[in-house]
Amino acid sequence: MEYAILRFIWWALVGVLLIGLMIMDGHDMGVGTLSPFVGKTDSERRAAINSVAPHWDGNQVWFITAGGAIFAAWPLVYAASFSMLYIAILAVLWTLFLRAPAFDYRSKIENPKWRSTWDWVLFVGSAVPPLLFGVAFGNVIQGVPFHYDNSMRLTSDAVNPLLGFIGLLNPFALLCGVVSFAMTAAHGGVYLTLRTEGAMQARARKANIIFATIAILGFALGGLWIGHINGYVATNLDPNGESNPLFKTVEVVQGAWLNNYKLYPVAILAPVLGFAGLILSIVFNSKLKAGVAFVFSGIGMAGIILTAGVSLFPFVLPSSSNPVSSLTAWDATSSEHTLLLMLVAALIFTPIVLTYTSWVYRIMRGKLTTARIEENSNSMY
Amino acid sequence: METLVDLSRLQFAITAMYHFIFVPLTLGMTWLLVIMESLYVVTGKEIYKDMTKFWGKLFGINFAIGVTTGLTMEFQFGTNWAYYSHYVGDIFGVPLAIEGLMAFFLESTFIGMFFFAWDRVSKKQHLFFTILVAIGSNLSALWILVANGWMQDPVGTVFNPITMRMELSSFFDVLFSPVAQAKFFHTVCAGYVTASVFVLGISSFYLLKKQDLPFARRSFKVAALFGLFSSVAVIIMGDQSGLYVYHAQPTKLVAIEGIWETEQAPVGWSLIAIPDQEKQTNTFDISIPYVGSLVLNHDLSTPIKGAKEIIAENQEKIIKGQQALLLLEQLRKDPHNPQLAEVVKANSEYLGYGLLLKKYTDDLTKVTPDMVSKAAVETVPNMLSLFYSFRLMFFLGFSYFVLFALAVWSSYGKSTKYETKTWLLKWALWWIPTPWLACWAGWFVAEYGRQPWTIYGILPTYQSASSLTSGELIFSLTGFFVIYTALLIVELWLMFKYAKLGPSSLGTGKYQFEKGQVK
Ligand code: HDD
Ligand code: HEM
Ligand code: HEM
Repeated sequence: MEYAILRFIWWALVGVLLIGLMIMDGHDMGVGTLSPFVGKTDSERRAAINSVAPHWDGNQVWFITAGGAIFAAWPLVYAASFSMLYIAILAVLWTLFLRAPAFDYRSKIENPKWRSTWDWVLFVGSAVPPLLFGVAFGNVIQGVPFHYDNSMRLTSDAVNPLLGFIGLLNPFALLCGVVSFAMTAAHGGVYLTLRTEGAMQARARKANIIFATIAILGFALGGLWIGHINGYVATNLDPNGESNPLFKTVEVVQGAWLNNYKLYPVAILAPVLGFAGLILSIVFNSKLKAGVAFVFSGIGMAGIILTAGVSLFPFVLPSSSNPVSSLTAWDATSSEHTLLLMLVAALIFTPIVLTYTSWVYRIMRGKLTTARIEENSNSMY
Repeated sequence: METLVDLSRLQFAITAMYHFIFVPLTLGMTWLLVIMESLYVVTGKEIYKDMTKFWGKLFGINFAIGVTTGLTMEFQFGTNWAYYSHYVGDIFGVPLAIEGLMAFFLESTFIGMFFFAWDRVSKKQHLFFTILVAIGSNLSALWILVANGWMQDPVGTVFNPITMRMELSSFFDVLFSPVAQAKFFHTVCAGYVTASVFVLGISSFYLLKKQDLPFARRSFKVAALFGLFSSVAVIIMGDQSGLYVYHAQPTKLVAIEGIWETEQAPVGWSLIAIPDQEKQTNTFDISIPYVGSLVLNHDLSTPIKGAKEIIAENQEKIIKGQQALLLLEQLRKDPHNPQLAEVVKANSEYLGYGLLLKKYTDDLTKVTPDMVSKAAVETVPNMLSLFYSFRLMFFLGFSYFVLFALAVWSSYGKSTKYETKTWLLKWALWWIPTPWLACWAGWFVAEYGRQPWTIYGILPTYQSASSLTSGELIFSLTGFFVIYTALLIVELWLMFKYAKLGPSSLGTGKYQFEKGQVK
């Protein structure tokens, strides 16, 4: 297979992993975010938590695997994004840490204080990471200040790490953060509608409608805003060339992130899917068809993520201080041999993973009533 | 730069060692659960189901923090070892990604089924899930140790001067590297030993307290037998690991054994020694004749190279490396010059040794003989600490063999006399923390012993780190330390609480501390 084709497939596969991450880990983060609000009693909160308890750890592996796959397929991106956004990445990690003990330890002691403490720990661990993912993405779109020297060693051009971190919290990035947070909360809302009953289900449905609306509005605002932001245009970039980012030339042009929609009109499908998915998820959810609504919510999230990817393409990590150092899907990849090997591994294991994941969801399907929680108080979370 | 690298190393060491508090217990516990649950499926006795569930609860408390600390490890190569990730990601990223796809998904998906599917599927199906968890956790160890094994003995890779990194030439060599294989078996067996000591020790506690005797006896026996096999395996595989150290990393070997001078066979094995790094000699040494040759390379005739000779050889390699790097610099200014590319390729095996000089000067035309000899001396890691951490692991390894052998010998059979052997039960109880010491000592030997390299012979540690500021490192170190310590305190508190409560925590109504107790 040609190097360029492999590189394009890997660009798409990283997208698939990120979408998988937001759909799978997204719904349990949404549940963790909503559970203190939609659950009024301990049993109700336990019903919410137990709706994802058997699955959240498996879902988190989408995050881990996305990290591993970026390491293997785009080692330069792995190195640059994580070290140049050091404090932001630590904030994601440290809040993610909170989820495992919150899920696992909350039910181990019967004291109300203990339990409500873990409820809020779970809230932070579920609400902050998607917010920060969005903020990070918003900054990637605007470019990150770094450059390479001749031995390909990376250096940050940020004034100072702390100021750099505060600079990440700029208005556009915060908007991206809100969209990302709202779409996971909305997604969790549909999932809870599907798995609970009664008053709690009604609250979950309301949460879905509120957050999906916020996500739609935010996404629309972002679309208008991006035309006024600096985009990047690469020339002399050989899709079959060696992975050395310094060989190309890059120009910074306002509004260039919209170029792909003129070049490839079919790209417009991505934002269309984003809007349509989220709107239809609200529609079906209000018609009490939570199952269908969940599928559309997933499609909406996929559309939003795809929009970000398509707008940047072929860029994946632009450098604002030294545009030549920007990383693209053509010049920041592994060797041809490694990409091919990893493609084979992905083609073998992804279907297997999807199969057993749907199997275990089937085994655990059904409503989680407070009565069932109370009967199995010792074995449930 | 030097403090930055040291802080990054400290952070890696702390986070890895925290992770490895939880890992070995997971590796072994999953198989113990498989054994207990199989007994339940075969005999149909409820007590085995209770055993699976109770030890499963303790396992769950441990697992939560294992997952948490594992997240750090997955991302830390990017955050803190960016040049390393750039330089070897083409090879090193592969096992890490496959680990996620093949192992973590399996383990984490079915761990949910282990805890929550008891009344949703048949007995046999549930056992199948438990087996998948065990296979998943052990596969994760396989892939991560393939990655780590490659750092110890980097096979199947070539240098590419255009991309300025190492690239994969043979995945087969990486996967089937004997170093990686030995490391895998040794480490998982270490995990089995850890879990066996854990279950044996806590069961002994119940026996000493005369609490839930039928439950405790059965747990004791299962742990004793599994532990006996594992302790034999860990010793055999440890010996294999040592053999590969002898072949792949002479500098580590001399440090573990405190060997300065090249010795003619048969060499002795030092029991106690005080190596002096400055004077390059042992100020004190008690050794057992012949044993060294037998242990180190399994024959009585090959001489063993000492540290001084290795340092002299490395000095030559460093000089060649300096030349190779200067040629590489020319090639990077003129990347399409085929002759230059040929020469660089021919000398690329010494590039890593040349990079050792970058610690002393950025300009390789200004290298002095003094720098070369300093760099060569530093290729041998600190002997004193390696010598004794190795011996700690070694003697603990034999202590487990003795402990489990006695436990099996006295508990299998008709008599229940072992229940009155309080010295044995107390030994098992007090021995619970020691496998973690052995594991840490083992990793210290493996990782510190590899210094000054992260990729042996290819990439020095000094070159591997990200370009961060010391301030950022102090911030992150403090954060990790605070969060990890808090998590560990909660974890240990719950672990002690549940271990003391015993099977009554299941709420079945059958055990001590419960109303309507059935004996
Ligand atoms: C319960 C834990 C435990 C026990 C009883 C032992 N070890 Fe071990 N050892 C480990 C736990 C460990 C470990 C944590 O699993 C290490 C660290 C890295 C690795 O591959 O295994 C290790 C590393 C390690 C290494 C270094 C391998 C390398 O550098 O790649 C050697 C040479 C040995 N061991 C040898 C032994 C011998 C001869 C033992 C028997 C007496 C022994 N170990 C018992
Ligand atoms: C694939 C697995 C592992 C990899 C790739 C790896 C790699 C590294 C790297 C890059 C460093 C920092 C640089 C250095 O000082 O060498 C390091 C240091 C260290 N690692 Fe590992 N490590 C692995 C697993 C572990 C584990 C599980 C432990 C045990 C708990 C461990 C213990 C240590 C220690 C103690 C140090 C500090 C050594 C020193 O002071 O220089 N490592 N390792
Ligand atoms: C330094 C390299 C390492 C990395 C990047 C790493 C990564 C991870 C990650 C991300 C997890 C969480 C998986 C989940 O959510 O289910 C994890 C857990 C685990 N890791 Fe590591 N790990 C490293 C070293 C090791 C080593 C050397 C071993 C074993 C020999 C090991 C064995 C395990 C096991 C058994 C688990 C299951 C969870 C538990 O700890 O109880 N890891 N690791």
